[in-house]
Amino acid sequence: MLKNRFTSLVLAAIVSIATLSPVHAAQRELVIATDTAFIPFEFKQGGSYVGFDLDLWDAIAKEAGLDYRFQAMDFAGIIPGLQTNNIDAALAGIAINDVRKRVIDFSDPYYNSGLTAIVPIDSKINSIEELNGKRIAAKTGTATVDWIKKNLKPSELRLFPNIDNAYMELRAGGVDAAMHDTPNVLYYIKSAGAGKVKTVGQPTSGDQYGIAFAKGSPLVGPVNAALKAIKADGRYAAIYKKWFDTAPPL
Amino acid sequence: MDFQWAVVLEALPSLWQGAQLSLYIASVGLAGGIVLGALAGTCRAYGHPLLNVLTQCYIELIRGTPMVVQVMFVYFALPQLLGVRVDPLDAAIFAITINSSAYLAEVVRGALLSVGVGLRNAGLALGLPFYKVVYYILGPVAFRRLIAPLGNQCIISLKDTSLFIVIGVGELTRQGQEIMASNFRAIEIWSAVALFYLLMTGSLTLILRLIEKRMPIL
Repeated sequence: MLKNRFTSLVLAAIVSIATLSPVHAAQRELVIATDTAFIPFEFKQGGSYVGFDLDLWDAIAKEAGLDYRFQAMDFAGIIPGLQTNNIDAALAGIAINDVRKRVIDFSDPYYNSGLTAIVPIDSKINSIEELNGKRIAAKTGTATVDWIKKNLKPSELRLFPNIDNAYMELRAGGVDAAMHDTPNVLYYIKSAGAGKVKTVGQPTSGDQYGIAFAKGSPLVGPVNAALKAIKADGRYAAIYKKWFDTAPPL
Repeated sequence: MDFQWAVVLEALPSLWQGAQLSLYIASVGLAGGIVLGALAGTCRAYGHPLLNVLTQCYIELIRGTPMVVQVMFVYFALPQLLGVRVDPLDAAIFAITINSSAYLAEVVRGALLSVGVGLRNAGLALGLPFYKVVYYILGPVAFRRLIAPLGNQCIISLKDTSLFIVIGVGELTRQGQEIMASNFRAIEIWSAVALFYLLMTGSLTLILRLIEKRMPIL
């Protein structure tokens, strides 16, 4: 009896592996990576992903006639994913800068942003310059890190996989300031950080977000054309108003 | 400190979906890992010297590298080398398979070699070919001995699925992370995630205890 049980267990294991071996149908739809932990550009609400980036891409894809599906991914994995052709494009509030342009291609800019630093509400820090020699928290792999390394000399730069970890660290007192893209910081101040944190100094500006593609991707042209069309006929303005409550800057 | 436990209720459907995916990845990965591990362990216990060395290298390679590194390699580096695109879920299942197989190989080898040599000699004396001795005599006895370490590995693999947040698989931990990124309620959500894991591993432990009771360990 034991012999039969042993045999059947082994057979069951083999059968389950055989039936679950990956058989891929030809995939003609594009894989678009997003970092679904970046409110309000892409985040989880209820059971689905929503956000400015997702609505924008949906409009662009409709205009350019592209089939796609979203793939959630850690931000730090997005650029390697484009380099290895694991994904076709990515929208994650990715700031256009020269370092990145060396390894990936960008679409035309679709959002003007900047960085904002926050400190605990009772902090004595009053300007960005005072952040020199202090501990700052930021998110791994973001343009924020590059900016801090270029413009500030913090005593310690602590990087976290997600920005809400950095905010928690700020609240727990492990760092003196946290810095990230302005829309996300403002959202945090409005919601869970209300009354507990405050911005410090003026937000920096000059960052522009672009849609990221693999180097030499054939998608850049059609996407840029679609983006232009959307900006021209008011669809972009409608999406912008929906997420940011104001009209887009000209 | 203000805790809003209501956010846990809102998050439950997503967390439940994530838990299902964690279970799915762990069970499919373990199914493959058990078969592969059993093969490797038997090779290591009774195999040809060359096969033994190859298997030993495989086991050392997989046991000696962290699973995060392995899954990153499978998901990012392998596609570049082979030119094929890998789905994150497939990469995750594959990582669990090879990881658990390496550890289970040693478990199986230990269990097989722990069976008294008398049984083996008796089987051979009866004229059975060696593979039949392993399969019909040593195997079932060894099986009872490897249930406890096997259970250990099942629980470990289930919790190891949380490492796949790095490639964006929507399992339990990542669902928790995404929810926290939009409502910033870390303590409440992490508690819920921990509770889910406890429930899953607790059920596994109960099942294993049931199995052990049905098979008296020699």
